[in-house]
Amino acid sequence: MLSRTADNLFWIARYIERAETKARLLEVGSRIALLPSAAGYRNEWDSLLQASGSAIGFGKKYGEAVQRNIESWLFFDRDNPSSVASCITSARESGRIVRTALTAQVWDALNSAFQELRQLERTPRSELELSRLTEWTMRHAALVRGTIDATLLRNDGWDFLNLGFSLERADNTARLMDVKYYVLLPRVEYVGSGLDNYQWTTLLRAMSAHRAFHWAYGGEVTAAKIAHFLILNPQCPRSLITCVESMTGHLERLARGYHRSTEAQTKARALQAELAELRVEDIFDEGLHEFLSRFIREVATLGGLIRDGYLNGDVR
Amino acid sequence: MAVIKYFNEMYQGDAVRTPYAQLQDWMQSMPAELRQMKQAEAENLFRRIGITFAVYGEGGDPDRLIPFDMFPRVFSAVEWAKLERGIKQRARALNAFLVDVYGRGEIVRAGKIPARLVYQNEAYEKSVAGFVPPKGVYSHIVGIDLVRTGPDEFFVLEDNCRTPSGVSYMLENREIMMRMFPDLFRENRIEPVDSYPAKLRRTLASVAPAKCDRDPTVVILTPGHFNSAYYEHSFLADLMGVELVEGQDLFVEGEFVFMRTTEGPRRVDVIYRRIDDAYIDPLCFRPDSMLGIPGLMDVYRSGGVSICSAPGAGVADDKAVYTYVPEMIRFYLGEEPLLKNVPTWQCGKADDLKYVLSNLKELVVKEVHGSGGYGMLVGPKSTAEQVEAFRLQIEADPGNYIAQPTLALSTTPTFVADGVAPRHVDLRPYCLVGERIELVPGGLTRVALKDGSLVVNSSQGGGVKDTWVLAE
Repeated sequence: MLSRTADNLFWIARYIERAETKARLLEVGSRIALLPSAAGYRNEWDSLLQASGSAIGFGKKYGEAVQRNIESWLFFDRDNPSSVASCITSARESGRIVRTALTAQVWDALNSAFQELRQLERTPRSELELSRLTEWTMRHAALVRGTIDATLLRNDGWDFLNLGFSLERADNTARLMDVKYYVLLPRVEYVGSGLDNYQWTTLLRAMSAHRAFHWAYGGEVTAAKIAHFLILNPQCPRSLITCVESMTGHLERLARGYHRSTEAQTKARALQAELAELRVEDIFDEGLHEFLSRFIREVATLGGLIRDGYLNGDVR
Repeated sequence: MAVIKYFNEMYQGDAVRTPYAQLQDWMQSMPAELRQMKQAEAENLFRRIGITFAVYGEGGDPDRLIPFDMFPRVFSAVEWAKLERGIKQRARALNAFLVDVYGRGEIVRAGKIPARLVYQNEAYEKSVAGFVPPKGVYSHIVGIDLVRTGPDEFFVLEDNCRTPSGVSYMLENREIMMRMFPDLFRENRIEPVDSYPAKLRRTLASVAPAKCDRDPTVVILTPGHFNSAYYEHSFLADLMGVELVEGQDLFVEGEFVFMRTTEGPRRVDVIYRRIDDAYIDPLCFRPDSMLGIPGLMDVYRSGGVSICSAPGAGVADDKAVYTYVPEMIRFYLGEEPLLKNVPTWQCGKADDLKYVLSNLKELVVKEVHGSGGYGMLVGPKSTAEQVEAFRLQIEADPGNYIAQPTLALSTTPTFVADGVAPRHVDLRPYCLVGERIELVPGGLTRVALKDGSLVVNSSQGGGVKDTWVLAE
């Protein structure tokens, strides 16, 4: 397939996944805002901006981090390239470019999300509950994913879409965890306290995984269990190992179909092998933040290799 | 002002003309609510499928719908057979003309057409002089715009030899009518049009370049998704099962053109381009163009790739050259033209200019290179101020204008707010020229939805209709 087509498919998936993450982030924020505020707390919304990776852009435009402005910034603002509105618009535009590589159903899902978004934009904000916005986003992301899963030919295009989903999700899970550890928690002495656990639970909720977590582990919520769940447990749909396994699988399908391997396969397999060997104690020995930063870099490298190996048109 | 009598394609007096016989009942038995429901359903289908044309930079919704009128326009088998012969004749002559003017120029030497009109034409492409494209075809898709003024009176308004658009509407209008009114298609024997994409692909494959020794790889070249006809480009690519490429997806290496794929370079043999000559190769044409493929023209001239329509084809469809098409038919084919031209005055000629300026109220005046219904004057429908303003424009640059009598365009019944009313229509059939000349029975009917308007362009409030050709 055309490299440009593959690139657009890859980005449709990344944008949809990213939109969903922003919506989840807003949900975390609104939950944290319900916490009784303790002395010495930072502004909780501020930490959210850090997590979204767009604090500077926000500061320039709005100044103070109050809930309404942050909702605008993360959901509606077109000046923020990773707001939900920007992501949905970009995904739909990429979809329009590669209409021939999508089924009518997938196109319909992308296009309806965009048309409904425009209605939301015309609705008075007083009528828009935050929970409605986050649910709306997750529902449309699920529709896009569902139509891809149910209707699309299992060809190379399908692999590029899934690589986009998994790569973006791996990055987002790692970032959300990293933020929790270094931004959400104001002081080191809170680690292990009741507040700490409450925030870990909030993080699980943001990944729609707190029930699943209890089914999988039971008992106390501890940092070690959560790190295990979100990093090393292949049952968790958003865990780092699940995302990496998915990427390895799709890259191997590509290699078989094209009768050609690239460095991307080598890199993905190495990453998967590392995670498979890892114990949660190793992660804490390395330092969670150090581990996550390294993982984010590794995933970015893998993204670069996928681009060079398939998407940028210079493939020989 | 004299009252003009327009030919109504459905009614002669109170009698219904035969091709429309079945539609009389259909129309009368449809209650207003059902009609409104169907109309809404059609619009919804168009929007969901995404059959829109994109207008960027004008503000508002970038995705516009062309209004669709559900009342079909019908031709009998006999009427169509005549049209078909005339259209094919014209497409043959236009291609013969192109091969000639890029070759020995016999028609110019014979004094049948002024050399200036050909060789000093902006669309004359010197860089392909002496080159004969595969099968001697320059224009592979000829869109001929026709209007009707009586039972047997058809006139050609203009020829489109480069990249006529709108064929996706011909196909989608039919698709939507069949979904909404299946009974109509059981009661009438309507020739199908859905073989168009397969025929187009066969036509394109039949003009594979000299150096192609295998099943040719065909692509459609689009300027990109900001182009107003992007939907049509992707629609045709999808139905033909060929890649839709942009300039950046192609590159020249050695004697061939390749596209960039996830598996490495893949050779391309035939390019159906939907971009203008000026943008296809920055080395040959506009160095500032980001759309083109550097070196493409060298590959083309050495037989490494075919470009459809061939660069330079535009010289045959300019409005000044149009006047000479009947002459071309006689000269190359030794036949009398089956379709008439509209009498045309060229403002570049002193006598014609004089006539035009003193009869502006009765004439339609157009720019030689204009399109889309912009930059034209419809005399009888304009105010005195508009006419005077246009007079100044013509006087400033007479060579840029042609004038034609205001034709009494036929009408067909059309759904309007309070029922059914006659509205003016034209017709664009799409003639395919490759190893064979083919024409699917149908075309795009455009309708002027405003009461009394004679301008059918979508940019000026025009809509589209499904066009039926009845089987014998």
